[in-house]
Amino acid sequence: MNHSGTNHSMNVLETAPELSPKRQWLGSFKNMREATLILIIAAIFVTMSFASEYFLTWPNMKAMMLSFATEGIVVVGMTVLIIVGGIDLSVGAVMCLAMVIAGKLFLLGMNPWLASVVSIGSCSFLGYLTGLTVTRIGLHTFIATLALMGIARGLSMIITQGTPLSLFSLPPEFKFIGQGSVFGVPFVIIVFFVVIIISDYMLRNASAFRKVFYTGSNEKAAEYSGINTNRVKLGAIILCSTLAGFAGILYMSKFGAATPNFGVGLELNIIAAAVIGGASLKGGEGSVLGAILGIALLSIVSSSLILLNISVYWQDLIKGMILLMAVSIDQILHNRRSSR
Amino acid sequence: MSNEVIMEIVDVHKCFGPTKALAGVNFTLHQGEIHALCGENGAGKSTLMKVIDGLHQPDSGNIHIKGKKVVINGALEAQKLGIGFVHQEIVLCPDVSVAENINMALTNQSKKWFVNYSEMNKRAKESLKDIAPHINPSARLDSLSISEQQLVEIAKALSLDCDVLILDEPTAALTEAESQALFNIMQALKAKGISIIYISHRMAEVFEQCDRVTVLRDGIWVCTDRIKDTSPDNVVKSMVGRDVGHLYPEKLQEDFANLDVMLEVANLSDGDRFNDIQFKLHQGEIFGVSGLIGAGRSEMVKAICGLHAKTSGEISFKGQPASIKHYSDSINQGIVYLSEDRKEDGVFLDVSIARNISVLKLEQVCNNMKCIDPAAERKQAQKLTDQLKLKSAGMDKPVSSLSGGNQQKVALAKMLSVNPSIIIMDEPTRGIDVGAKVEIHQLIRKLANEGVGVIVISSELPEVVGLCDRVMVMHEGEQQGTLTGDEITEQNIIHLASGLGQKTESVSGTSKKTIIKTKGLEVA
Ligand SMILES: Nc1ncnc2c1ncn2[C@@H]1O[C@H](COP(=O)(O)OP(=O)(O)OP(=O)(O)O)[C@@H](O)[C@H]1O
Ligand SMILES: [Mg+2]
Repeated sequence: MNHSGTNHSMNVLETAPELSPKRQWLGSFKNMREATLILIIAAIFVTMSFASEYFLTWPNMKAMMLSFATEGIVVVGMTVLIIVGGIDLSVGAVMCLAMVIAGKLFLLGMNPWLASVVSIGSCSFLGYLTGLTVTRIGLHTFIATLALMGIARGLSMIITQGTPLSLFSLPPEFKFIGQGSVFGVPFVIIVFFVVIIISDYMLRNASAFRKVFYTGSNEKAAEYSGINTNRVKLGAIILCSTLAGFAGILYMSKFGAATPNFGVGLELNIIAAAVIGGASLKGGEGSVLGAILGIALLSIVSSSLILLNISVYWQDLIKGMILLMAVSIDQILHNRRSSR
Repeated sequence: MSNEVIMEIVDVHKCFGPTKALAGVNFTLHQGEIHALCGENGAGKSTLMKVIDGLHQPDSGNIHIKGKKVVINGALEAQKLGIGFVHQEIVLCPDVSVAENINMALTNQSKKWFVNYSEMNKRAKESLKDIAPHINPSARLDSLSISEQQLVEIAKALSLDCDVLILDEPTAALTEAESQALFNIMQALKAKGISIIYISHRMAEVFEQCDRVTVLRDGIWVCTDRIKDTSPDNVVKSMVGRDVGHLYPEKLQEDFANLDVMLEVANLSDGDRFNDIQFKLHQGEIFGVSGLIGAGRSEMVKAICGLHAKTSGEISFKGQPASIKHYSDSINQGIVYLSEDRKEDGVFLDVSIARNISVLKLEQVCNNMKCIDPAAERKQAQKLTDQLKLKSAGMDKPVSSLSGGNQQKVALAKMLSVNPSIIIMDEPTRGIDVGAKVEIHQLIRKLANEGVGVIVISSELPEVVGLCDRVMVMHEGEQQGTLTGDEITEQNIIHLASGLGQKTESVSGTSKKTIIKTKGLEVA
């Protein structure tokens, strides 16, 4: 192509002033969707540390983190699925099914570790079947996972005959994963951090996960770029069910029991967290960090409400308002940013 | 044409972040004139039109309509002021019928509780009568081809009684015959005293259809001239700021039969849109596939690279049978396809330029951990877009922030990112300005000279004639013949494309009249 002295591209673009590295970093912080959430959480921290001296103590921090660590693992899967343009309503029921299957197998005499692996595997397989109804038949994930929610809950009820399985006899090594601590840090929290750090990095950088963003952003264009979008969608659905199964096992170890009505309504909390964290239900947008901040925000709010002696009856209402506010603030900022 | 001013735009400015899309534009529109608006990709034409339509608010400057200063907040107000707008990118609802799309504004303003569908269909039929009588008003919009959708978009604007009609590159997606139908309508509207703003990159159209022309360059008003007083060269020169040769690059000198066969297609059918296609693509040649829109050209080439299901056909690549089940197999072998529908499947609008360009082969910008290296990704994009002279505010900006023609360049850069051995281009210069078009033609020739096999589909006959070494013509899914060398003329192509039988030697004697007759056939 000839470049022969053609300087017709006049100065439409003013050259951006050189930014120092620090300014640049600040600038990218300002542009990050997660920034709003970090600021909101920081504001709650400051306010609460004045309102209650117990708030900023290690036991309280530990309790708050414990309250969302396990669900936080499921949020990762949900975020990936939302980015690809789907949604999973079955995670609560699948978590419950995982603990019920593993618990039942253990009571039937299977080694608890093997039972857990089998149970997580069954959850992945259910996810796979659900995924096939999405990719082969063309159902929307909303419908397919709504059905899976019923099926998984039903299976849990059938297996347990509606009564909780008590698993006191689980060996201590197994109970350790849900109840133990390393240097005073609960093991669940360690697992949680490992999962989110790896998955946040992967989602931002791994080429496999980049395909998730492409597919969610414009499925047809992704198909026309050689991406097997069905495989991407299937993978996201399986990931979500698998992580839900894994979380179910953590809960089983923590409670030493498997209850067939565990996790009812949990999916809504998890979806809310992902959305507060900037995942767009239109697909193509979202991050693990954001989603984790989302779920952190929700549980910090509920534990603050408890510390402030506000009746539990108010909690849902306030959480609903937080969801509305966080998403609206973010949307307003986002609109303003993109319209300029 | 009276000299009564119907609209006047004074010193309008509009910035998008650091990009000055409009930097002091003056524009007057007389009653009953067709006023062409020309400028390079990203010159600000569409932005100016969106300001007139109230979709963007100007940062400063005034709009006067019929002598009164107005502030236009949104398309509805513009409609009330008598402004109709046919967008460059199709903005219609894909999931509802043609009639519902055409009557959207009316339904929107209607106070009735229920929609009267039969009346709606009747009204739609009426609006489509002149421009596209063959479109069924009750068909779902997404069942139509892009050119048909474009016609619906035009019919929709025409269905509103407007005093000013804005047409933003309406012919980019139309066939010659459809364009001709549009021109007839434009002239009829003009006779009724309606003013038209006409945006196009095609000088021939501008000079045949328009009364005056305004040129923008980099958001700045350059000149407004009467068509009578200027020439295409002058206009192009004002647009680009320099002389542009409009010669096509030199064609292949060698006899194609001496060249290696890159791709051989035999007995290719999909049981519906095309049947029993066979051809050979040689290394280094530009092979054109021509035909009317709907002739099955796009489907045929998509079937080659795994984007469209085929029922039969042998495809061999460099002498080996190519097993292509999915488009990713095709990319891996080095066969890439540039889509004709940029917005729908060519680019990811909300995704950054860099990420759009890297998508075909992410491995190229990955480290050995299969993780993407953003710096490498940006560098790749920068290199390819520099080559294409992309006008953007940075590789991290979303593609939606680019002008139409620049979006097309991103789609092209994406193809080039994998160093393909065969590149199939469906309407490669759609929406691209005159200067850039010459550059893209040269780029295509350069690729061919470097040994890439190029297949070009284009509805612009001069482009096919000027660029291609051989041209295969299709009609309703059937291969009609292949033209080589001097046989490649517009007449021969039209003759074959309208299915009037095999090429004849006596075509040179074809008079103007028969061409018009064949164009008539295209409309039917
Ligand atoms: N929404 C937007 N956000 C940011 N920049 C924009 C936006 N819309 C347009 N621009 C920029 O404004 C400039 C003018 O764009 P415009 O679409 O008006 O060009 P155009 O003359 O219509 O070009 P083309 O012939 O390619 O359609 C371009 O540099 C483009 O990148
Ligand atoms: Mg434009």
